[in-house]
Amino acid sequence: MDVNYDNNEKILTFKLTEEIDHHTTEIIRRRADYEIQRHIPRKAIFDFSSVSFMDSAGIGMIIGRYKLLSMLGGTLEIKNVSPSVERILKMSGILKIINIYSKEE
Amino acid sequence: MQECYENKMELKILSKSSNESFARVAVAAFASQLDLNIEDLADIKTAVSEAVTNCIIHAYDTAEGIITIEARLTNNSLEIEVSDRGKGIENIELAKEPLYTTKPDLERSGMGFTIMDSFMDELKVESIVGLGTKVSMKKIFV
Repeated sequence: MDVNYDNNEKILTFKLTEEIDHHTTEIIRRRADYEIQRHIPRKAIFDFSSVSFMDSAGIGMIIGRYKLLSMLGGTLEIKNVSPSVERILKMSGILKIINIYSKEE
Repeated sequence: MQECYENKMELKILSKSSNESFARVAVAAFASQLDLNIEDLADIKTAVSEAVTNCIIHAYDTAEGIITIEARLTNNSLEIEVSDRGKGIENIELAKEPLYTTKPDLERSGMGFTIMDSFMDELKVESIVGLGTKVSMKKIFV
């Protein structure tokens, strides 16, 4: 996972580069929570453009970060998801609270 | 499960989370003998990943145990059995309920069985408390 923080816009971007399962989410969430608490961003973005696989562990990982960000006054966005990742997100119902963006802002 | 098959595999792995990707890729590679499309392979990988993760998180919890994965191919279907000798499931119907989880502290979403059920064509869960669990899944290709 690559992390980038835009200090002017207060946007924290996580570019996920691994397959997302129970094993990798343990690592991702530790790093993401550290960066979120360090920067207190206005907005965090999970960029899925390099993610070829995600199972239900990804749902819990996203909801957990969403809760942390909400608590700190920030929002969460997801972008560039593949059709298979989107299908899992849809099944979980989290798209009712988190938006997906397909293009660069 | 039918006994007539073209090919079969059996894989035994230790219940370590680092084996999750190995297990799903191994089954997908075995299944790819059928010349499947990317979507079918993604469905298979996801279902195997969910079943194996359940064994690691729930069946064996913090202990280490053996997970057995069997797969059988016919000319138009794939059957997968994922079994463990872990603690078993007390209430299978409840465990299959969407969003039900006994591990919210691990940020588990409770969507595992729901995903297996919708990504595969058949799902059967058998479990005896104290002895273990067997998840049988079937995907039919048209």
